[in-house]
Amino acid sequence: MVDLPKQPGLPDNVFMTRLDAAASWARSNSLWPMPFATACCGIELMATASSRFDLARFGAEVMRFSPRQCDLMIVAGRVVMKMLPVLQRIWLQMPEPKWCISMGACACSGGVFDTYAVVQGVDRFIPVDLYVPGCPPRPEQLIAALIEMQDKIMKTGTFQGSEFSGRTEATGPIPLELEEIRRSREAKLVDGLDIFQPPKL
Amino acid sequence: MLDLQPLIEKFGLTQSEFRGNRRVVVAADRVYSLLETLKNSHGFNMLIDVTCVDYLEYEGATDRFGVVYCLLNMSTGDRLIVKTLINDPTPTLPTVTTLWMGADWMEREVYDMFGITFTGHHDLRRILMPDEFSAFPLRKDYPLKGRGERHNFPVITRSES
Amino acid sequence: MPLTASPTTTPDAPDQEYLWTLNFGPQHPATHTTLRLVLTLDGERVVNSVPHIGYLHSGFEKLGEHLDFNQYVTIVDRMNYLSPLANEISWHHAVEKLLNIELTPRCKYLRTILAELMRLHDHLLNCGTSALDLGAFTAFLYFFEQRELIYDIVEYASGQRFHTSYTRVGGVMFDVNNDWVEKVRSFTKQFRKTHDEVHRLLTRNRIFMDRTKGIGVLSKEQAINLSCTGPVARASGVVRDLRKDEPYLAYKDLDFKVICSQGGDCYARYLVRMQEMIESVQIIEQAIENIPAGPVNVDVGSHVVLPAKPAVYRSIEGLIQHFEVNMPNKGYEVPHEEIYAATESPNGELGFYIVGQDSTRAYRARTRPPSYIHFAVFPHIIKGHMLSDVVAVLGSLNIIAAELDR
Repeated sequence: MVDLPKQPGLPDNVFMTRLDAAASWARSNSLWPMPFATACCGIELMATASSRFDLARFGAEVMRFSPRQCDLMIVAGRVVMKMLPVLQRIWLQMPEPKWCISMGACACSGGVFDTYAVVQGVDRFIPVDLYVPGCPPRPEQLIAALIEMQDKIMKTGTFQGSEFSGRTEATGPIPLELEEIRRSREAKLVDGLDIFQPPKL
Repeated sequence: MLDLQPLIEKFGLTQSEFRGNRRVVVAADRVYSLLETLKNSHGFNMLIDVTCVDYLEYEGATDRFGVVYCLLNMSTGDRLIVKTLINDPTPTLPTVTTLWMGADWMEREVYDMFGITFTGHHDLRRILMPDEFSAFPLRKDYPLKGRGERHNFPVITRSES
Repeated sequence: MPLTASPTTTPDAPDQEYLWTLNFGPQHPATHTTLRLVLTLDGERVVNSVPHIGYLHSGFEKLGEHLDFNQYVTIVDRMNYLSPLANEISWHHAVEKLLNIELTPRCKYLRTILAELMRLHDHLLNCGTSALDLGAFTAFLYFFEQRELIYDIVEYASGQRFHTSYTRVGGVMFDVNNDWVEKVRSFTKQFRKTHDEVHRLLTRNRIFMDRTKGIGVLSKEQAINLSCTGPVARASGVVRDLRKDEPYLAYKDLDFKVICSQGGDCYARYLVRMQEMIESVQIIEQAIENIPAGPVNVDVGSHVVLPAKPAVYRSIEGLIQHFEVNMPNKGYEVPHEEIYAATESPNGELGFYIVGQDSTRAYRARTRPPSYIHFAVFPHIIKGHMLSDVVAVLGSLNIIAAELDR
């Protein structure tokens, strides 16, 4: 919270701050996560929320499974070709302001699954604010990420959400690597097979 | 222990054994009648698994696909692996869902991953890959990292969402 | 009162005007991870359900063709992520059968203890979450605390709390010490108390019983015909447990019972899992007292395991052996053969069909995933039940999406 200098004549129980700071303070301490848990990281997310680690201490225990009620998406686990359109739709359904944590190696970069079906990092297709490494990350690490997220919201958050407007490009690496293009050209095309076209959103 | 000798004569099987796994190889046009006999007359009432192997790069292989049925006799605990070999361009086998209902999804997976058609299957659709997908990923001529399908999606940036 | 399965409409005529369709998943809390069901409903009664899977298909079996037998352990881990070590043990069981390796007695006992810990691990989460789906949050928290204790034990042995990658062809990564044994002992001592508490919370609970008894009944004939194994089949009266029927590891020396039930409904599956936990604790207690001394890995001369680190650093023979295992064409010989081998994983028969070629990588590494086969059962047993029973049946079948889709 930014504490502005005290104005003469105000009573003791009134203090001055900026609207941006007050809004960010409130938002950062009551994050409602949307657990987009697909795989193993989801179990660690469960562990973080349950008895021993208790995410409630950081004001983020209200897991809501409807995207309309959430402001923090935690992508936990690998996202595959069939799931990505679902992820994008859920992201679009969340109301502003919203943030996204990419939890675990698979969500960040594809991890050990460098295969035909796994999306190599969700940040190529949706915006990501924070990356949590690990396979899967320990609950302590997720808690650290949450504190970091709160810090980020406090520092950059605005009442209007105007901090997001500058981010006009995808955060991840360029969707097609050179090697991938070369391989796709070299690969022997079986008769009658063409490259898969996903359904449009 | 099932005595395989009469079956070998009747169906022209090739029998082999490796570390306790008893296996028979049968011609593709006789596989259904063999499995039917095994189920109805020899008590192999559980189908453990249906899978397929693509022998494209396998040393010494002559046929393209081998479809493997793992059977189990619940009362004696006897196991038997039945294998049949089929080839391109239209690898086709009769379905065994009429014998074991459990074969339903197993055959769909084999179809999805290898493109082997099971005639008579009531619901032969892709199961693991998206419906729009056109390749068969577990075939040996499909690269591990795919042909770029995994990058083929619209990008959502922060300012527009 | 549990409603009896008597559909007013037959599934043969699903195009009636008053039927409506509900999409369930893939992102839904009760589906646990990523399953999708398209339900045809008559009011609240399920007339038909079509599962759609593949929302987590990540190409495990293709990766198995590109990684060697030890590397693939890290991938197998991520298959049934409720019990990672059980998958590793199963995978290496199959590889060792292919290579014809006989484990040392200590390794057999160690793996048995770990496999049973993983059975606890899996059943704890399953019983907890299936109760959570029906509204009982407390049992889930009680059981998760026990899971944390097992995480600690596993972490002490392997260095990783979740995906351990602990087993190797012919042994394990490192041996355990006496402190670990002591940790396991103290775990088994306190486990029954929590188990009893949850028993008191759930087993005679009116709401829990009403929502699970008579729901999702799977008959014995159906269970066999649909290839069910493990607790799902045993709850329907199929007496089969690979630990007894085809003993592997140290199960031959240990005294335990195969838990079965006649009911075949969700309640029976819950009871079988609860009782299996007690049997698992008994197995662990016996095994931990009788764990033999001696080497944990097979002989280094077999070119299968890496020699101990002191030998590698301090002697030329050790160094040569180390490199020989790692070098192509110098390591262990893989027969040009095919094998199917299975173990009793917490979910059922987890088998691997491996095609070997002349390299340390498998030519084909097929998994027989119990979750996949059990999910195929779902449309058969949900017909005629209410919409709210869908979560109860899903919870009792214990579908793990990563194992389902691989």
